[in-house]
Amino acid sequence: MTAGVMARVARRRSSGSWSNRGGRIAYLYLIPALLVMGIITAYPLLFQVWMSFTDYGIGNLRAGAPAPNFVGLKNYVDVLSSQLAIPNFSFVRLIVYNLWWAASNVVIHVILGVAIAILLNTRGLWFKRFYRAVFILPVVIPPIIVATVWKNMYDPDNGAINLILAGIGQLVRLPPEMFRIDWLRQVEDPIPWFLPFVPLPLAYYAMLITNTWLGWPLNSVVATGALQSIPHELYEAAEIDGANAWQRFRHVTLTYLRPAMLPYAIYGFVITFNLFHLAFFMSAGGPFGRTELLVTQAYRLVNDQKLYGVGASFAVIMFFILLVITLVTNRVARATQSYENL
Amino acid sequence: MSTVTATAVARPKAAARRSSRGRLTLPRQALLQALAILILLTVLFPVIWVVSLSLDPLNRSRPEGLSLIPRGATLEAYWQVFKQPTNNPIGFMGLALNSLKIAVGSSLVSVAIGVSAAYAFSRLKFRGREVLMLAILGVLMLPPVATLTPLFVMLNKVQVELPVLGAFNLRNSLLGVGLAIISGLLPFAIWNLKGYLDTIPRDLEEAAAVDGATTNQTFVQIVLPLAMPALAVTAFLGFVSGWTEFYFSWMFLNKASDQTLAMALYSMQGQYTNTPWSVFSAFAILFAIPPAAVYFAAQRYIVSGLAIGSVKG
Repeated sequence: MTAGVMARVARRRSSGSWSNRGGRIAYLYLIPALLVMGIITAYPLLFQVWMSFTDYGIGNLRAGAPAPNFVGLKNYVDVLSSQLAIPNFSFVRLIVYNLWWAASNVVIHVILGVAIAILLNTRGLWFKRFYRAVFILPVVIPPIIVATVWKNMYDPDNGAINLILAGIGQLVRLPPEMFRIDWLRQVEDPIPWFLPFVPLPLAYYAMLITNTWLGWPLNSVVATGALQSIPHELYEAAEIDGANAWQRFRHVTLTYLRPAMLPYAIYGFVITFNLFHLAFFMSAGGPFGRTELLVTQAYRLVNDQKLYGVGASFAVIMFFILLVITLVTNRVARATQSYENL
Repeated sequence: MSTVTATAVARPKAAARRSSRGRLTLPRQALLQALAILILLTVLFPVIWVVSLSLDPLNRSRPEGLSLIPRGATLEAYWQVFKQPTNNPIGFMGLALNSLKIAVGSSLVSVAIGVSAAYAFSRLKFRGREVLMLAILGVLMLPPVATLTPLFVMLNKVQVELPVLGAFNLRNSLLGVGLAIISGLLPFAIWNLKGYLDTIPRDLEEAAAVDGATTNQTFVQIVLPLAMPALAVTAFLGFVSGWTEFYFSWMFLNKASDQTLAMALYSMQGQYTNTPWSVFSAFAILFAIPPAAVYFAAQRYIVSGLAIGSVKG
């Protein structure tokens, strides 16, 4: 047996370190993926950059149709200065609203996710595993179904939300006619002074509620994992040192949660920033395009307006916005890594 | 020996701690249970609402009010969904078959191609590795809408006259939609699978290499079997994204016979339809059940995989 091992070691030495493998055979493994991605991912993206400098429209679609005209930076200027000939388009409003939408959602998700994880992590709580299993439900339902069902629930006449409110209202003798709230289309803003220059319509709050329902459970899963990794001795030590409940939470729990939650919050921010389904299916961008996100606006430009050249330039602009967001968030993530090493 | 005594000493201490703190006082337990049940109700409410809506009889287009089991509850709506849920002359099974073709095709292709590339990125050294990985990560950052316009225009240029089938426009076909989905799914599959392969210890492969196995043998006989859980999860996630895909299908497909489940669901809520809410609800339930059932059955793997994968970046 020893001889066999010796022989193996010798052979291993002679064949060189295993990890130096690769070279030409690596490309063989890559060729299928590179070929497919080259044709249906990389080339379209480059083609899109070319399209963004043209007035590509519906007349240029057919095979054998005339080539579109080169218009230089016109599309970019039109998008950035909000001069597109479509209703309710304001680029600055889009960006501000989209950033606010993502940030406000993620803050709520993280706080709720952590709070509920702590609740379910309480020692001696009954039915913990049952709650944990059921609370994952929003994650397993496809987002398109979540969005359409919630749209139905916000219906002004027969929707569940108004029916519940009317039911509660009856207890204090409020007439049911008061609860014909048009959640997704009401034009007057509930809190007009809230976000300067870009006041938030009622549809924003309605979708915030939906996305809260949808978003906290995964945060809770991540937080639970982090909570369970905290050595219990730390709490005892803190208690012996005279720390009260709040101090124990702040100095022990939060210290351990932060390195796990922050990267996840960043990921959640990017996902929410690009969240197509709610804005498209629930409010359809309304009222007056004020809950439109970059992704839904991009879709409308090509699908409804058939402005392919403009849509291409919009996608290129979106790429740079996402690049900036990724770079900034990576910075934040790296900052937490060094925090973790402290 | 010393470790044994250490644990022996530690154990009674831990037991004592558990008994002193393990039990909540009854009022506290009641308070926390009330809180948990409140959360439970908010989580379950939309599901209960849809299920009870789906039981409404067909001649009632809107619900009469909030009720767990509506008056005259019936399964008519489900029957209607199987026959013809929308104005289009196509039943649930026909729609599901179209969604299934898109979902299975794009998921299998991207996993099959993706795993070989993931292996190269995880285990082999070659020139341009970092640049290619960065490019894939860059594509991954983009939302699916980013490639919508050029793919629409490009696939629309592929129009041929087929001998039996007649005029064929790649854009206006399930195949075209499948290709568009793969363009976003493949980078995801590569990244996800590479992340998993990186966590598999290399000992086995090194041993195989020492015994003279070639790279291909190592890949097929050792890496692929070990990567099975990740392959299954990636294929499943790809399947769900194809099963519920909307942007490409809605924009690309014009023929009534090519309609998918997602398209039908959307058209049931338009301003100009009079679809009874019971039919809409029954449709949504049948649509959600396949992915939700798999999620629940394999919850541990998928949810923890999702959470971990996303934390890693």
